[in-house]
Amino acid sequence: MRIAYRDAVREAIRDALKADPRVFLMGEDVGRYGGSYAVSKGLLEEFGPQRIRDTPLSESAFVGAGIGAALGGLRPIVEIMTVNFSLLALDQIVNNAATLSHMSGGQLSVPLVIRLATGAGRQLGAQHSHSLEGWYAHIPGLRIAVPATLDDARRMLAAALASPDPVLLFEHLYLYNMEGELTPGLERVDLEHAAIRRAGRDVTLITYGWSLYKCLAAAATLAQEGIDAEVLDLRALRPLDDAAIMASVRRTRRAVIVDEGWRSGSLSAEVATRIVEQAFYDLDAPVARVCTAEVPVPYAKHLEAAALPSPETIAAAVRNLLTSGAGG
Amino acid sequence: MSAAGGYALSREHGLELLRQMLRIRAFEDRSYRLYGETKIRGFLHLYNGEEAVAAGVMQALRPADAIVSTYREHGHALARGISMNAVMAELFGKQTGCSRGRGGSMHLFDAAKRFYGGNAIVAGGLPIAVGLALAQKLQHQSDLTACFFGDGAVAEGEFHESLNLASLWKLPLLFICENNLYAMGTALERAQAETDITTKARAYRMEATAVDGMDAFAVEEAVADAARKIRNGAGPALLEMRTYRFRAHSMFDPQLYRDKAEVEAWQKKGPIVSLTTRLKALGLMTEEDYQRLEREAEAEVETAVGFAESSPWEPVSELARFVYAEHIA
Repeated sequence: MRIAYRDAVREAIRDALKADPRVFLMGEDVGRYGGSYAVSKGLLEEFGPQRIRDTPLSESAFVGAGIGAALGGLRPIVEIMTVNFSLLALDQIVNNAATLSHMSGGQLSVPLVIRLATGAGRQLGAQHSHSLEGWYAHIPGLRIAVPATLDDARRMLAAALASPDPVLLFEHLYLYNMEGELTPGLERVDLEHAAIRRAGRDVTLITYGWSLYKCLAAAATLAQEGIDAEVLDLRALRPLDDAAIMASVRRTRRAVIVDEGWRSGSLSAEVATRIVEQAFYDLDAPVARVCTAEVPVPYAKHLEAAALPSPETIAAAVRNLLTSGAGG
Repeated sequence: MSAAGGYALSREHGLELLRQMLRIRAFEDRSYRLYGETKIRGFLHLYNGEEAVAAGVMQALRPADAIVSTYREHGHALARGISMNAVMAELFGKQTGCSRGRGGSMHLFDAAKRFYGGNAIVAGGLPIAVGLALAQKLQHQSDLTACFFGDGAVAEGEFHESLNLASLWKLPLLFICENNLYAMGTALERAQAETDITTKARAYRMEATAVDGMDAFAVEEAVADAARKIRNGAGPALLEMRTYRFRAHSMFDPQLYRDKAEVEAWQKKGPIVSLTTRLKALGLMTEEDYQRLEREAEAEVETAVGFAESSPWEPVSELARFVYAEHIA
């Protein structure tokens, strides 16, 4: 049966609401409107306003309320409409959700799930096109996961709700319309392991989110040129799956990190550093990166496209690595 | 004396309020000295002058109620019943501290007492209190959440967002503003266009009352009255406790922003001296009673210091524990 990404997320939320009376969904326009990206459409009618809770535009208050409700014994799913608006709740996420377990000497835990739409590509301009998941991955105490596939969109939420820690799930806005088939019989996924989405011998493309599909497209192009690229979907940005990254890089001896975030002080920098720290002598070439240009993401279609990673720029970085041995 | 609660101040009751305030005062005075001796480090915000608020509030709450506090929370923690040993050990940074040495003065926690911490971001605790109250309401509990914050918090967006949300959802939440007239060194009238905090709360359609925060009995009555209404489903309320901080904001504050005469005028109507005078005038307490309570408080502090001194440090090998939960929630 074909299913769209947004429907997979909705089914996951519906399952969770049915399975556990402590679970509820709260956020801006999740109820009457049906969700800004139509993810929660129909859930208000099915579960009622106590469990599908529309909030005012008070990101800090309703994210903090999610933390408090988690402390109070519930299992909230808080939807922040987009990562861009999460900056208004940064105090609650960074100062409270991430610290309370440690700061209380382990007395408290914050079993909170926050879902956020992330990313660029829809000509929404600088304030609606951020990819800040790498920023959040900087913070000890948080768990960061990125469902890029339909299976993960369908199954990651249950794993996040089962975690006693605060989990941020980043859904790339470009993926909501993606359709395909779920893997039959798949019941459980975790929030800790990367997955090889395409096996290859010559280079590892390390990526996550929407960029996964750009990497797969680049790999298809490269295959016609006789270059066999492996594509590793990180799935979790915190904790990073070092073992999977190193195992792949040791096999292919080359790594290109593809990240829609900016490169300075970034997740891609972290992954590159870990490779250098742990697998330097297994490399045949410097680690390369393809990231978003260091500009606020512009509106005009051609400028936005030029700013973001693309299958072409990814393939070019791989060719460069294989021919000159130099970084992209 | 207000008669809103309809009960009179008995000897037993009066002595208990005074006992709590004397414990807090003795703890704070000793902490001040221990800071000078470098036994306590980091930021240290003392509660001297505001004891009536903690003593009165905690007297009126139930054990199952949740408490959210600020960075000036030693008094809240002690009056709530967290052991003085555990609080002092936390200030020392010891393993036996109530946050296992990871919180310090500004981050005291006790899950069993439902004490959800000192929060050191001004107004940062208010949204959490909204969530605790939401959990209480959705689980049909008769408990409430009491959330402390200072007058400085009123300038933060989180104050306004939280009051609105609590009122919109009719949550069992008591907002307790400890208005000591200064946000660090900025006087209320230099920071707020409207200095009556109850007016702001009423704009969010909740009952709001100003209380003499130097009078422990008045505080207790006001909280008991508000709590009864909240438990009956009236939704949130705000109490503005008008109080005063006798000592500096923290240990690094030369107090250039206020006159000594102002501090001395407030000290004359301090919460301990005023309750003592009243209990004696009513014939409910003797000087011997007072001396005994003071001695007991000093002894409790002495024991706590000894406990903290002799407690072990958390081994560095335990550094990374509790960043993530060690149990399944």
